[in-house]
Amino acid sequence: MDLFEYQARDLFAKHGVPVLDGDVIETAADAAAIAERFGGRAVVKAQVKVGGRGKAGGVKLAADPADAVAKAEAILGMDIKGHTVHKVMLAQTADIKDEYYVSFLLDRTNRTFLAMASVEGGVEIEVVAEENPDALAKIPVDANEGCTPEKAAEIVAAAKFPAEVADQVAEVLQKLWKVFIAEDALLVEVNPLIKSGEGKIIALDGKVSLDENAEFRQPEHEALEDKAAANPLEAAAKAKGLNYVKLDGEVGIIGNGAGLVMSTLDVVAYAGENHGGVKPANFLDIGGGASAEVMANGLEIILGDTDVKSVFVNVFGGITACDAVANGIVQALALLEEKGEAVTKPLVVRLDGNNAELGRQILTDANHPLVQQVDTMDGAADRAAELANAK
Amino acid sequence: MAIFLTKDSKVIVQGMTGSEGMKHTRRMLASGTQIVGGVNPRKAGTTVDVDGTNVPVFGSVAEAMKETGADVTVIFVPPKFTKDAVVEAIDAEIGLAVVITEGVPVHDSAAFWAYAGSKGNKTRIIGPNCPGLISPGQSNAGIIPADITTTGPIGLVSKSGTLTYQLMYELRDLGFSSAVGIGGDPVIGTTHIDALAAFEADPETKIIVMIGEIGGDAEERAAAYIAEHVTKPVVGYVAGFTAPEGKTMGHAGAIVSGSSGTAQAKKEALEAAGVKVGKTPSETARLARELFNAAK
Repeated sequence: MDLFEYQARDLFAKHGVPVLDGDVIETAADAAAIAERFGGRAVVKAQVKVGGRGKAGGVKLAADPADAVAKAEAILGMDIKGHTVHKVMLAQTADIKDEYYVSFLLDRTNRTFLAMASVEGGVEIEVVAEENPDALAKIPVDANEGCTPEKAAEIVAAAKFPAEVADQVAEVLQKLWKVFIAEDALLVEVNPLIKSGEGKIIALDGKVSLDENAEFRQPEHEALEDKAAANPLEAAAKAKGLNYVKLDGEVGIIGNGAGLVMSTLDVVAYAGENHGGVKPANFLDIGGGASAEVMANGLEIILGDTDVKSVFVNVFGGITACDAVANGIVQALALLEEKGEAVTKPLVVRLDGNNAELGRQILTDANHPLVQQVDTMDGAADRAAELANAK
Repeated sequence: MAIFLTKDSKVIVQGMTGSEGMKHTRRMLASGTQIVGGVNPRKAGTTVDVDGTNVPVFGSVAEAMKETGADVTVIFVPPKFTKDAVVEAIDAEIGLAVVITEGVPVHDSAAFWAYAGSKGNKTRIIGPNCPGLISPGQSNAGIIPADITTTGPIGLVSKSGTLTYQLMYELRDLGFSSAVGIGGDPVIGTTHIDALAAFEADPETKIIVMIGEIGGDAEERAAAYIAEHVTKPVVGYVAGFTAPEGKTMGHAGAIVSGSSGTAQAKKEALEAAGVKVGKTPSETARLARELFNAAK
């Protein structure tokens, strides 16, 4: 889960990383009091989870409280690369002498954590990495040893921070490591980390990404979710405990196992090439159990998606038995019809593996007018694409 | 032969007395696995009747190894206890720890992986968030259904459980030496490369099927390894061509970030290494069959 800048700033502050005073608002009028608190001047920053907002006009300097309201008014509601601005952060202005970069992140390739640091901050770090790789120090950090004072000094030296800020930056690195560990982060990044006119090191802007697998020990993280921006179908699926991602096609997908479902999306997209370019409408993994209730919940979400023209249920019975899945489908359709939901979209079902014959027989016997069976995954994908295109 | 797991493997289960642990201990026993014990400090000294087999429960992995000669542990404990369970297995220096648990925080996986390294990597770790591995007809450590297929010439390594089952099913008449589910998390123990190396060295394995998915660069690195070190024919499959950027597709590690981790890049890297890559699971099975027939 990626956080907004103001949320990252709050986490930095919580763990002692030096930040400037700031506040987030959703109504432009609220900007005046905050600018007042800062002594009049303020930076007004669009809160969007995408880079390049400065260039897009999403960051403006306000000269006084009235100007802060005007600037907030202008930025709220802006569209930045497809992201609508619902919140702006007002921050104290800073006297920037130098701009640096520091981060901790997961290095998947080497299965360790990595510190990255550069004295060329303030620009996109990918650009620095590309154009001047020597200016970006990359130092592995052992997950169990952490960012000790020695490790922090090593990072500072590798990135060639000037002597007058070395101790301060080392200190910030250790605090930032605390954020990384204590919050179960996958990324904590400060860009720019600035040296102010008084020679102080301050985190001016930051990015944090949190590990959703750690939610069981991070009860405060749920409040950081951007529920307003979530797709309503994704939000409804999440509330039902379903692993669902909305996509932009027409063929609704239900399957078991993340890999098989990803594969199903691809196979449907290939099949769609022969059927008017139809594409998968969603990712939905119902997992191992695939009870009637889970199937009903899944079908309800997918049939509620107005983009969906046909549905492909693709199950390989490994641990799951196909007869249970077939019963799940029959009961799910009955449940939905009982609830008064109009089930009008055709379902193509492919069952293979454990008890496949039994499962197929159950669907044959149920003889539901909207359910068709195809024996192979490729064949079923083709049929589902054809049906979506015919609608 | 087989890789990592054979008929002589003596298997213990950490978390055996939980519902998932018990369900799969039953299945592993039924498929002929030598299950020699369970581990639960609160139930040490008791035995559990699993469909007529009395399985002793030990207080620790070390004790179970001492009493039974166990060399494999399968871990079913919940995410919040997984790190400690793996660390215990590493401390006991058991040869293989198969971590089935899904939803382990990546800080925990990174920590036990670093710990294993600091202890000299005496314990091979598979997973987390994986279905485990099976050497059909010999032993089954994890949750892969044992009745899909029998022993044969194909070695399979995969990030995905259900795609493993699908491929085993499509190639069930040929059979498998071993099928290894390495898991779809960002940090895993055994990699595609480790399994490729073992299959290359295993005389019974004649052809290798490798299944990857979006996220990270494991497939690209495996491709480089294949080009350099693997002489046996390899067939590949990559899932996730239609996955949008920045969305996690079920597996915690299955995410395209910017331009990195795409299925297209992985497919191209594998093909450049001489690997035939199927467009669908069924086509992948067909390619494997053709290569096997050609090599006969």
